[in-house]
Amino acid sequence: MTDDDLVFKALADPTRRFLLDLLFQRDGRTLTELESELDMTRFGVMKHLRVLEDAGLVVARRSGREKLHFLNPIPIQLIHHRWIDKYRERHASALLDLKTQLEDMA
Amino acid sequence: MTTATAIGTTQVYRVYIKAPPQAIWDAITKSEWTERYGYGGKVDYDLRPGGAYTGYTSDGMRAAGAPEIGVDGEVLEVDPPRKLVQTFRMAMDDAMRAQGFTRLTYEIEERKNGVTRVTLTHELGDTPALALLMSGGMEDQGAGGGWSWVLSGLKTLLETGQSLDPAGHQ
Repeated sequence: MTDDDLVFKALADPTRRFLLDLLFQRDGRTLTELESELDMTRFGVMKHLRVLEDAGLVVARRSGREKLHFLNPIPIQLIHHRWIDKYRERHASALLDLKTQLEDMA
Repeated sequence: MTTATAIGTTQVYRVYIKAPPQAIWDAITKSEWTERYGYGGKVDYDLRPGGAYTGYTSDGMRAAGAPEIGVDGEVLEVDPPRKLVQTFRMAMDDAMRAQGFTRLTYEIEERKNGVTRVTLTHELGDTPALALLMSGGMEDQGAGGGWSWVLSGLKTLLETGQSLDPAGHQ
């Protein structure tokens, strides 16, 4: 799978999006903290975190005896550049063309 | 980001770049590269523990009234091209300057197929204004997109030779 595939696959699941939202609210949480917010087994949460880590959306760092999970926004930013800015530019320039045409006609 | 509570005191960013570790090291520590991505200013690194670090503002930022020095700090640990630890303070804004020094760690790890993994850890302590700036929360005010914007620009530059956002650092 390409990097984009991994990110889209990771984002395609509501539990994983919820985990990202939790980290957005407060970054650097342990598995135990994240697990307490979900009605799911520890193993289930670990599996979801693993998918997020594989996609680069979550980076786990050791801090003493704890493993802390951080939200990494860069993969979403890269998708944004690749898939959103590109089409938005085309859309915007089409609107500008339309504006120019209408103004020329007036 | 809309609220200060959304920002933790440590931020971690990771990006995969198809370039060798030495190229990434150079792009972080040499002005000929730093002028071409992110905030676009020159840098001075005295690459030894205790050495000075200065990040200058770009021509465009100075034309808009910024002082010459944008950020300053001290080099703490140097292991080229794998690891760089330094302190980092926003020097061009009195409020952020008063919040003092933070700690930056660049980890540059070679992976398979010519890909290098860059992890940036910014230990911000109690510096909410800088945390907001570096998380990209002030992008709409024209203050740049923070670390994810800087590192995306680094990736684009090294992979394509092009600047991600030429208007961002004129």
